[in-house]
Amino acid sequence: MARTVQAEPSRPQPAAGRYNAQAVRREERLVTAAVYTFLVLVSLPLAVGYGWLLLNSFSTELAHGVWPSGFTTRHWRFLFEPPSPYYPDLWRTTWNTLWLAVGMTITMVAVSTPTAYVLSRMKFRGRNAFLALTLVLHAFPGITLLIATYYVLRWLGLLNSIPGVFLVKAALMLPLGIWVMKGFYDGISWDVEMSALVDGASRIQTWYKVMLPQVLPGIASISIFSFIYGWSEYIYVITFIQDKNAWTLSSYINAIVGDFRFLDYGLLSATALFYIAPVLLFFIFTQKYLMRVTIGGTKGGS
Amino acid sequence: MARIRLHRLTKSFGTVQAVKGVDLEIEDGELLALLGPSGCGKTTILLMLAGIYRPTSGDIFFDDQRVNDVPPKGRGVGLVFQSYALYPHMTVYDNIAFPLRLRKVSREEMDRRVREVARIAQIEELLQRKPSQLSGGQQQRVALCRALVKEPDLLLLDEPLSNLDARLRIETRTEIKRLQRQLGITTILVTHDQVEAMTMADRVAVMRAGLIEQLSTPIELYERPANLFVASFIGDPPMNLLPMEYRPDGGKPQLVNSHLSVSLPEAARAGLEQSSSNAVVLGVRPEDIRLVPEPVDGMPAGEVFMLEPLGRDTLVDVRVGQQPIRVLVPGGTEIRPGTRVWLQWDWDRQHLFDARTEARLGVNADAGRPAAAG
Repeated sequence: MARTVQAEPSRPQPAAGRYNAQAVRREERLVTAAVYTFLVLVSLPLAVGYGWLLLNSFSTELAHGVWPSGFTTRHWRFLFEPPSPYYPDLWRTTWNTLWLAVGMTITMVAVSTPTAYVLSRMKFRGRNAFLALTLVLHAFPGITLLIATYYVLRWLGLLNSIPGVFLVKAALMLPLGIWVMKGFYDGISWDVEMSALVDGASRIQTWYKVMLPQVLPGIASISIFSFIYGWSEYIYVITFIQDKNAWTLSSYINAIVGDFRFLDYGLLSATALFYIAPVLLFFIFTQKYLMRVTIGGTKGGS
Repeated sequence: MARIRLHRLTKSFGTVQAVKGVDLEIEDGELLALLGPSGCGKTTILLMLAGIYRPTSGDIFFDDQRVNDVPPKGRGVGLVFQSYALYPHMTVYDNIAFPLRLRKVSREEMDRRVREVARIAQIEELLQRKPSQLSGGQQQRVALCRALVKEPDLLLLDEPLSNLDARLRIETRTEIKRLQRQLGITTILVTHDQVEAMTMADRVAVMRAGLIEQLSTPIELYERPANLFVASFIGDPPMNLLPMEYRPDGGKPQLVNSHLSVSLPEAARAGLEQSSSNAVVLGVRPEDIRLVPEPVDGMPAGEVFMLEPLGRDTLVDVRVGQQPIRVLVPGGTEIRPGTRVWLQWDWDRQHLFDARTEARLGVNADAGRPAAAG
């Protein structure tokens, strides 16, 4: 109560008593203010970073390398013509990035959804070993496999191709996807599945008519993660793809950072924003979807 | 409609034997209850009948056809789970229509049947809702509709009332029994609640540890429990079970323990002689005992220890020596704790059991007890 007394010392204290509504409300307001202040301070560096990108992409120069000044749209010309003949077509590159993200998403969903069902519902020899192994694989740093996977891809003829990248990337991310999906399947009661069987469904029909609709939130979440990871993939793209026709936006930015004698911060900022925007939009939409689908289930059930 | 027969049915999960050889016959149109404490194997039998579990050994016959290897979809069984197991992503209509869609029933017929069964269960106005928008009782009706819409030969109900509140339970009990009579469907009800089993079923199979202890009508279970387990399980408040020693010598046969002694008429001797030893258990239901203020020849005296008013009746805890005995007397009793009373009951209302084998003693002691379920 000491804080409330300090805040308004002139006002006479309300009649002494244990149930002081005003004091409680004032204290709640102070706590809320403190929480907001803390959150703003913590998110400030991020906000400043994005703000700097935005300002920079529209300003003529950077005073002392940090302070943007003047207004220009010159940095956004890359949308219509390549910054130099060295660069491939931007839209083709964007298309490749999308193909990588979507391919990654499809692979993840297509493999982890049925795999997790089997691991969640069926008993077979080696099931526990398999589950343990997937966990270990997930902990395995993918970067150590870079050279080996390069050779595998070359042998398969998948170097310089988008599917090559998303297959490798999905393979490394699958343990996570399988575990997430398994968690969602585990949450569905056996009764519901047995009920479908008694109602006349086959095991497969039960899976896609009764189980799949109930794990949609899981599918949504691994789709979102896969899409974002695929879209922002860097190291596998620049390692496995040299052919400019197969570049993605991260190769494009990599080239801007690496190839100019004087780094063009304006161009870098503009392309970076261009790269970020779809992910931000995607996240805003899918997050809404996620929020909606997780409120499901039945009262008596499960 | 179907006649169901189980022949030496067993089911093991790893090293645990959940069902240990059950023989059972269910008549066409009969409502039979499997009653027992949790873990007695009753739900396992139900799931074997539904085709979810495959029997470890033994056979299941539907109308003389062996169905052990028939998958659930080929059995014509409707099943209502304790949890209702509704499909949360489908509307009530789609939940009920699901079995018909799988059978490729024409759209018109499906619609007609869904609406018909919804009308019978009085949930027509709920058809467009999702299960999460329904109360427990409504969900239960939907689950029942989904089981009935297929017009099953056999209806299986797994603890259908245990998720409902007390009042709704009584209504639904009557409702289910009415529906079952009306449609004439052979029905098996699994429950741990004796009231549910006794009120709904034509016959009750009391189960313990994977075996049927007694199969008979509800009244028979209450009047002539086949063994100690059934005697203690059926009846609320439970039967008084007093371990006694049989003294055959002297004038009348006597039952004695350290707190009390009871002398029995000569007619009881034949039953008592069947006992494998002199250790027997005397059972008397609280509602069969009267409290009298005067000494009764051969009957024990005790002191009133505590009263539990139940409304219509009052449960009186009488101590005979250190031995507590429960007695049910009319609600407005004048008896107070500390009063000295004499206990009295009719000879034909008492039950005698062999303490070692737990079997009922007396003429026709084995009536109603299935031969192979021992």
